[in-house]
Amino acid sequence: MHEWALAEAIISSVIKVVEKEGLIEVKEVRIKVGELQQVDIDILEFALSELKTDKLKNARFVIETVKAELRCRACGHLWNFSQNKLDNGLKESVHFVPETIHAYIRCPKCGSPDFEILEGRGVLLESVKGVK
Amino acid sequence: MCCLRALKESNSPVDPRVNVIDKRLENVKRIVAVSSGKGGVGKSLIASTLALSLVKKGFTVGLFDADFTSPSIHRILGVKKLEIKEERGILPMQIHGLKYMSIVAFSGQKALPLRGVDVSNVLIELFSATLWGSLDYLVIDMPPGIGDATLDIIRLVKRIEFLIVCTPSLLAFETVEKLLTLLRELKVPVIGVIENMKMKQVFSIKDKVAGAGFPFLGEVPFDLDVENVLGDVEALFGTAFAKKLDEIVPRIIFSQSA
Repeated sequence: MHEWALAEAIISSVIKVVEKEGLIEVKEVRIKVGELQQVDIDILEFALSELKTDKLKNARFVIETVKAELRCRACGHLWNFSQNKLDNGLKESVHFVPETIHAYIRCPKCGSPDFEILEGRGVLLESVKGVK
Repeated sequence: MCCLRALKESNSPVDPRVNVIDKRLENVKRIVAVSSGKGGVGKSLIASTLALSLVKKGFTVGLFDADFTSPSIHRILGVKKLEIKEERGILPMQIHGLKYMSIVAFSGQKALPLRGVDVSNVLIELFSATLWGSLDYLVIDMPPGIGDATLDIIRLVKRIEFLIVCTPSLLAFETVEKLLTLLRELKVPVIGVIENMKMKQVFSIKDKVAGAGFPFLGEVPFDLDVENVLGDVEALFGTAFAKKLDEIVPRIIFSQSA
């Protein structure tokens, strides 16, 4: 599952923070998950719990889903990804590589493929709370 | 108890993907970016044939098409449908004895127009999620020039080495010279330069490459037969192009990067 790869990346990043800041225990990890990547939150949570290291054993993972907001560079139109209907095959492609939406969707107002992902692309590590 | 923003300096969230790239590549012995200043010099053919030649010599090899807006390796390898598998990450396709990954697994034959920031994101996504496993060589077919993809590869892949392709043209060499200068400035290892599509002795880059202090690996002839064997790997090996490149491959294997 791709969620496992993402979870591994999150854990690696938390460990980096732990080492850099000299934390002896992590209490809370806040993660933002972009709607565009359509991450299965249950699988992500399970993978995170399985990949926890000793210093993270009591850590709570708080996952916030962020709506994917797109803006057309050609006409300035703003819209949400949820307005676009993709079949399951295309959804899976976007799940693996969110930028592939440029192959599959167009600005609903002017039809341009030249749009930017303002928010809600993928997974971000927001904060790490712990004991020094 | 203290609360730390994930990235204190900018007070912005951290992209966790970049922190797992080293781990994904830890069992890859050499990572070779096949690059050039110009497009159309034969990078994809050199990268593909190099990877296949290394397989024939008994090495374990991965081939990554990093030219996301103009991928072409699937045509050279004769891949009809690039099918990847998931197993706690993305497993590359196994074909012709090598592991192969390309954006076409996700974009198919659709045009994929990407800005620089998108190219960076795709590169990070695929490097962080692809499970290459143990390899002797990972050969990367780069997009032309010194833009986002080149800068990101240098930033993200610490053990990257560059193999430069140039045609016998002043126009191509002018851009290659800039690429070589940049790589030297950034202290990025360069295996050497291959002169591709050699036609006649009107202009040779051999002396210019040597003069710049980089290894000149050899000349590969312009071979009209190559176009007729695209997609047929065995027939590709029968071309003068592949035979000449095969002679150069040991120089890459035993190279000491400049």
